[in-house]
Amino acid sequence: MIKDITIGQYFPGKSPIHRLDPRVKILLTLGYIVMLFVAQNAWSLGLGIVFGLAAYLLSRIPLTMIVKSLKPVVPVILFTAALNMIFVDGETVFQLWVLKITREGIHTAVFMAVRIICLIAGTSLLTYTTSPIALTDGIERLMGPLGRFHFPVHELAMMMTIALRFIPTLIEETDKIMSAQKARGADLETGGLMQRARALIPILIPLFVSSFRRADELALAMECRCYRGGEGRTRMKQLQMGPGDFAASAIVVGCIAGVIALNLLIP
Amino acid sequence: MTAIRTEHLTHTYSVGTPFQKVAVDNVSIAIEEGEYVGVIGHTGSGKSTFIQHLNGLLAPTSGKVYIGEEDLWADKAKLRSFRFQVGLVFQYPEYQLFGETVYSDIAFGPTNMGLPPEEVDSRVRQAARFVGLSDEKLEKSPFELSGGQKRRVAIAGVLAMDPKVLILDEPTAGLDPKGRDKILGEIREYHEEKKNTVLLVSHSMEDIAKNATMALVMNQSQLFCYDRVEEVFGRAAELGQMGLTIPQVSRVFLSLAEKGLDVNPRVYTVEAARDQILRKLSKGGRGND
Repeated sequence: MIKDITIGQYFPGKSPIHRLDPRVKILLTLGYIVMLFVAQNAWSLGLGIVFGLAAYLLSRIPLTMIVKSLKPVVPVILFTAALNMIFVDGETVFQLWVLKITREGIHTAVFMAVRIICLIAGTSLLTYTTSPIALTDGIERLMGPLGRFHFPVHELAMMMTIALRFIPTLIEETDKIMSAQKARGADLETGGLMQRARALIPILIPLFVSSFRRADELALAMECRCYRGGEGRTRMKQLQMGPGDFAASAIVVGCIAGVIALNLLIP
Repeated sequence: MTAIRTEHLTHTYSVGTPFQKVAVDNVSIAIEEGEYVGVIGHTGSGKSTFIQHLNGLLAPTSGKVYIGEEDLWADKAKLRSFRFQVGLVFQYPEYQLFGETVYSDIAFGPTNMGLPPEEVDSRVRQAARFVGLSDEKLEKSPFELSGGQKRRVAIAGVLAMDPKVLILDEPTAGLDPKGRDKILGEIREYHEEKKNTVLLVSHSMEDIAKNATMALVMNQSQLFCYDRVEEVFGRAAELGQMGLTIPQVSRVFLSLAEKGLDVNPRVYTVEAARDQILRKLSKGGRGND
């Protein structure tokens, strides 16, 4: 059960999308978000949907994963849709007490819902097709210029990498400690709120202790290998843009232009 | 009487995903009360998964587990009571310690059982005595102790529940030889005094030969055999194919026998080997007379 937490939900693969440079992928994802928000009518939003679907098909990520990525945001989608339906003025379709549902309201609600769905699905594709390490690498490089303003870019990226690296380890550790305490009769499933909170102590304390131990060991291991921060550090895997990256960028720019054109052509 | 019985026990991890893996495959076994069972198997052979079924931490994908005569999964409300009957000490159990004092940590299990305070107190002290922890250590924080002492505190935490079946998953991993012998000696003492059933998972064939009466061998998720230790180590060639070995002294005697010496290769402990050599030598001596 505890292993179902889907952070770092990377699907290894070799599709053209997987092979894109992570920096380019991050920027193109931002481009896709822009595309969705620029879209003003059904046709231009349609182009956004088609682009998203095409990207998914190209990446060979199962389409059921879209549904999975949407699950946590369903309340947000419903909430925005409901608000839009109620608060947009226009021709009344249905009235209940002071709540008016208007034709324009329904239109905006559906439009917003579709936009959010595309947004979540599109950004999820980034994490599905990019390994967490590549992702932090890309972020580090993209934020590089901030280093000029004494922003600790490398340290931040290193922290992210380490945090991501230890999520599965800590999940495994939690599982183990839970089993061990259950074997001694710890009751984690029943009782009131206070009782349950107290039942967590035998799990959290060992978990904290082992996290600190791991942190100590890792720090020592890094120092043993002469780690001293990002300055002058070279990389084993250099990020390099290839023809695919330029093609993908061209396609995204083209699609954004297409969306703007559709906005203007079809009012 | 049977202490633990499994019928066609099968466990599959991550059913319906690409990571699906059968970890325990159709294991049927009956372990009699009072046995000391050595559990042997290669890493990934399904030992750990198997033993976690015996106290209901894992639910079988199919098959049954019986503790005594009772079906472990018949009534989920009673599951917790089975955990007190079948005590399980995990690998590296020192990482589960959390109590403010050694005493409170050992008392965790018996307190969960709902025992009266006097009973808890006597059990904690008894368990501490078994693992050789002095009274003054009981008032210390478990985090102040050395690695071996921590491990013994964790084992005492399970012993204090006075389980009918005690299962230990590699209790000596990462300890020096002295610490290893000490813990195994304490477990054997406990077993002899309480006449309970013990399952010891170990990679050391010497430890199994020295302590266990029965050996359970797992191979590639399946039960390879469950038999008396002598019988199991008698199948050295088959064990070798699985990547398992037999005790060093047995290997020495096997090669002696292969070289044509008249020795019985079914020797598993250094003591038995010594006796046999001495017998041979004295016989030889008589022959010269």
